[in-house]
Amino acid sequence: MSIDTRRAPSPPPAPAGGRITLRQNLRDSLVVAKRNLLRMLRIPETVVFGLIQPIMFVVLFAYVFGGSISIPGAGLSASAYREFLMGGIFAQTVTFATAGAAAGIAEDMQKGIIDRFRSLPMARGAVLTGRTFADLAQTAVILVVLAVVAFLVGWRIHDGPLSALAAFGLLLLLGYAFTWIGALIGLSVRTPEAATSGGLVWLFPLTFISVAFVPSENMPGWLQPVAEWNPFSATVLAVRDLFGNLPPDYRAPDVWPMQHPALASVLWSVLIIAIFRTLAVRKYQRATG
Amino acid sequence: MPGAIYAEGLVKTFGDVRALDGVDFDVPEGTVLGLLGPNGAGKTTAVRVLTTLLRADSGRAEVAGLDVATQPNEVRRAIGLSGQFAAVDDYLTGRENLQMVGQLYQLPAREAKARAGDLLERFNLADAGDRTARTYSGGMRRRLDLAASLVVSPPVMFMDEPTTGLDPHNRQALWELIKELVAGGTTLLLTTQYLEEADHLADTIAVVDHGQVIARGTSDELKTRSGGDVIELVVHDRERIPEAQDILRRLGEGEPGLVAHTRRLTVPATGGAKLLAEVIRELDGRAIEIDDIGLRRPTLDDVFISLTGHSAEFDELNGAGNGNGGRDGGRDDGREKPPRGPDPGRPDPGSPGPGRTGEGPVRDDGREGGAA
Repeated sequence: MSIDTRRAPSPPPAPAGGRITLRQNLRDSLVVAKRNLLRMLRIPETVVFGLIQPIMFVVLFAYVFGGSISIPGAGLSASAYREFLMGGIFAQTVTFATAGAAAGIAEDMQKGIIDRFRSLPMARGAVLTGRTFADLAQTAVILVVLAVVAFLVGWRIHDGPLSALAAFGLLLLLGYAFTWIGALIGLSVRTPEAATSGGLVWLFPLTFISVAFVPSENMPGWLQPVAEWNPFSATVLAVRDLFGNLPPDYRAPDVWPMQHPALASVLWSVLIIAIFRTLAVRKYQRATG
Repeated sequence: MPGAIYAEGLVKTFGDVRALDGVDFDVPEGTVLGLLGPNGAGKTTAVRVLTTLLRADSGRAEVAGLDVATQPNEVRRAIGLSGQFAAVDDYLTGRENLQMVGQLYQLPAREAKARAGDLLERFNLADAGDRTARTYSGGMRRRLDLAASLVVSPPVMFMDEPTTGLDPHNRQALWELIKELVAGGTTLLLTTQYLEEADHLADTIAVVDHGQVIARGTSDELKTRSGGDVIELVVHDRERIPEAQDILRRLGEGEPGLVAHTRRLTVPATGGAKLLAEVIRELDGRAIEIDDIGLRRPTLDDVFISLTGHSAEFDELNGAGNGNGGRDGGRDDGREKPPRGPDPGRPDPGSPGPGRTGEGPVRDDGREGGAA
């Protein structure tokens, strides 16, 4: 073993004032994202389990509940329910990335690698942003596989590729926003195990008290506004609309987010990112020693 | 002008524990400071403050002329850190790890790649460079970690117990590496529990205990401070140990120390070779057979014990003399950092490490565990 220190490069000089530019922030985040994607490729179990649950939900809901949930404008129709269902499943699936982000960040925080990152001249938020980028890529892959499964059970895109792309865009944005909630959870718990359950458990009420699986009209009156204002519902309805999965006679509930679901979906997602990214980055910076 | 690493009155408390209780030091450029102390003394906390991982409650610290509290990002560009726990990603290959660190040191991607290849070569990891780090042995992980801390050959390096958990061969190799690095002009702060390691690598040693520097100087200065020499002998016949002890007690300075299972006795002495001859004559006169006898300069071990008084604590409990019986009195490290789960890199506390010049005394880790 020998080292030749003369040949070693010195780091480029720091920008004046040591401020980290947006460009460096993005570059560092992409470096960390690459690291996380490599990890995902080498631990493919996580991606596989990420796929099993939504596929199971598609099959269970399509065939078990299929004929027994009435859709406004279509009544009790199994095929109409399958079309209706998929927007909900898609949206639910992207939010499950929360658990992955939470567990991944909790694991990193426990290991020596976080000291390495924190002692490097890198953008502060890049460890978290990189993780959320990697989760976004994973979510995109899962969405593609899920779309194929949905196609097999009879789901179709009716409104052309542009609308469909817009729908997938809304889904990815929602999923990305939720990974920042996951990041905050991952920083707040002590173990990756706690992060996984902490990342999942609240998603069930959130996704079920929404228009994802059952139209809000079928719920008790006091629950309807909760479901209709649920950030998650806006995306579900917007996606259904963009895929053309709503029955022709469907009339959305008369509340603002249900009347303007695409806009509401974007606003909710941006709001979630703004709040949770700020909180998570602050918490990361304070998580010292 | 302050040196490359400068600390003044650093204080850091965790709850009731003062992990750092007014630490000062000043390390001139191109030299090595060894922070020597038991587990829980505050060594790791000091490193974490100086490497911007932790904020001190009070005091001031500068690294490479940059204030760690107000210019952390500039400090990070000037330092390399190699911690007690190899900070590498297990699921990345050695090459990918080094490349990632290079890019995060803001090297362009191509340069980071070339540098990763160089470092793998130099650290004897070229063959393993494309395997994931989880397949590496402990020594390989340490080398990879060290390589990662040297990606930009920073002017100031921090190594927190770099050889903990390494076998003698790997330890030796790492020492050689550290010497080469310092010969190239790097300023290094090194923490260690191993007296031999500090003796071997450090220009200046600061002995730390309970968050304070209790002595500092070169290895020679510290040894001279404890004064005189040490007579050390091994009695052949276990039954004759008490008699030999009597002789040493009479001729030496203070109570002889005993390491029972190796039948080794030590006593501080001021009479030099003449006194040694007298001891041999007396032993001979009583026909006490000895396997080994010698006069030696005190080791840092002896110095450390005389400074910290840990041997006294230990001796009260086991009734041994003033000697080296307590040199390894284990103290719990719990206060320095949150638990990180099982650490395969930790050595078996009972295994002999470097710096234990005598044979390891019987340890009882629970005994002094109340430090935290």
